[in-house]
Amino acid sequence: MRIFDPHIHMTSRTTDDYQAMYDAGVRALVEPAFWLGQPRTTVGSFTDYFDALVGWEPFRAAQFGISHHCTIALNPKEANDPRCVPVLDLLPRYLAKDRVVAVGEVGYDSMTPEEDTAFSRQMQLALEHELPVLVHTPHRDKLAGTERTLAVVRESGVPPEHVVVDHLNEVTVGLVADSGCWMGFSIYPDTKMDEDRMVALLREYGTSRVLVNSAADWGKSDPLKTAKTGAAMLAAGFTDADVDKVLWQNPVDFYGQSGRLELSDVDSEPTASFEGNSILRGARKD
Amino acid sequence: MTTSAVRHALRDNLSEDAEHWLAESIDAVAADPAKIRTLFPAVGRKCGRGPLTTEHEELRGWSVDDAVRVLLLSALSARALVSEINELYRYGDAAEKRAVLRGLAEVPIGSDGLPLVRDALRTNDTRLVAAALGTYGAEHLDASGYRHGVLKCVFMGIPLAGISGLAARADPELTRMLRSFAEERLAAGRPVPADVGLLVPEFSDLEA
Repeated sequence: MRIFDPHIHMTSRTTDDYQAMYDAGVRALVEPAFWLGQPRTTVGSFTDYFDALVGWEPFRAAQFGISHHCTIALNPKEANDPRCVPVLDLLPRYLAKDRVVAVGEVGYDSMTPEEDTAFSRQMQLALEHELPVLVHTPHRDKLAGTERTLAVVRESGVPPEHVVVDHLNEVTVGLVADSGCWMGFSIYPDTKMDEDRMVALLREYGTSRVLVNSAADWGKSDPLKTAKTGAAMLAAGFTDADVDKVLWQNPVDFYGQSGRLELSDVDSEPTASFEGNSILRGARKD
Repeated sequence: MTTSAVRHALRDNLSEDAEHWLAESIDAVAADPAKIRTLFPAVGRKCGRGPLTTEHEELRGWSVDDAVRVLLLSALSARALVSEINELYRYGDAAEKRAVLRGLAEVPIGSDGLPLVRDALRTNDTRLVAAALGTYGAEHLDASGYRHGVLKCVFMGIPLAGISGLAARADPELTRMLRSFAEERLAAGRPVPADVGLLVPEFSDLEA
């Protein structure tokens, strides 16, 4: 099983996670810029974070045979802090970079006017840089937030096939399916979505325009939820080809629209055996 | 080395489209230095990122995008040079930072590039540490900075064959530091990197 996790916050994860992900078949991932749990209070704190997303984290990932890409944005929560908002003026420098495959995470947290402004402005940046968009949907008042999100997408002029609306559930998926946007699902240990509910949604809505991610971060989450969803799909009668479409081909197709996916040096044969791999095994004691 | 060597090396490494893009971009940067802010990050996508095929010894280990970026840097006007280079490095991804470090020796920046070299030597990214000890770093770092750079390379497994100035700048203090590092490794029962033997005679028979 080859896996492309289209949404995971590796900055918050350990090298053990990288190794376990590789062993489970993860060969590529996208790390969206989001908030870090601890609020930031300056623009410089953002740019140092972005620098890690385009510099240090890809370097770390490469040591474990995983190709790292990222998305860049001011997230909705911190769009409400006037100390952070000026980072919007610096985003064009980062949106011009290799391996920056979308604008994101943008969207709503509490649906404030400040969030409206940052969301719309970043949709325009996506148009200017010809990049897809990763949209976060709120944890609270999710249905209303999703409706309002889709209205902003329609007004922006960004084509729906360039947009993934993430963290969907049984209540919000229908709206997004009808909009023409991609449907994103974050498989979590307790919240958002689990493997079996995901399988049921795949039965109902099919495997097209669907991205399944672990969204693993600094909270209780599991970077192997993509692989576990693949296993649940197989157990439920989906074929290897279905799993490959959802867990590999769909993320490649969606983020490939940026023209900035670099997968040429990825060992991603669908049936590859991972046992013989020697990356960082045995060679180093430190 | 001169930028003409870089230009010469690039001749066999660029497609017709890439050559055209580079010529246009050099003109654009010469006319308006701020243009480099979007052109510099786009180089890999426009011109490729493969290894640079070249007979120039000093360009060994460079990639095509390194060489193209260095030519863009050399198109900056004297007035814009320091501020644009500082910002390109500040906001650069690892490939852009590496190219800035390589380009420092090709532009009239004097000692103003030294803070960038020191920044790169503080990182844990082998690509940046290696590039920091290129021609410019070897010429401008003080004795202590150069020694610690070399020691860090050995520590991180960066081959000393790829760094500049070793023959001219190696001194008894650097040898002492490397010997001490090797003894620490031996005490821990860990292997001593073969490159230590380049400067410490009693380790010169280590196999690479």
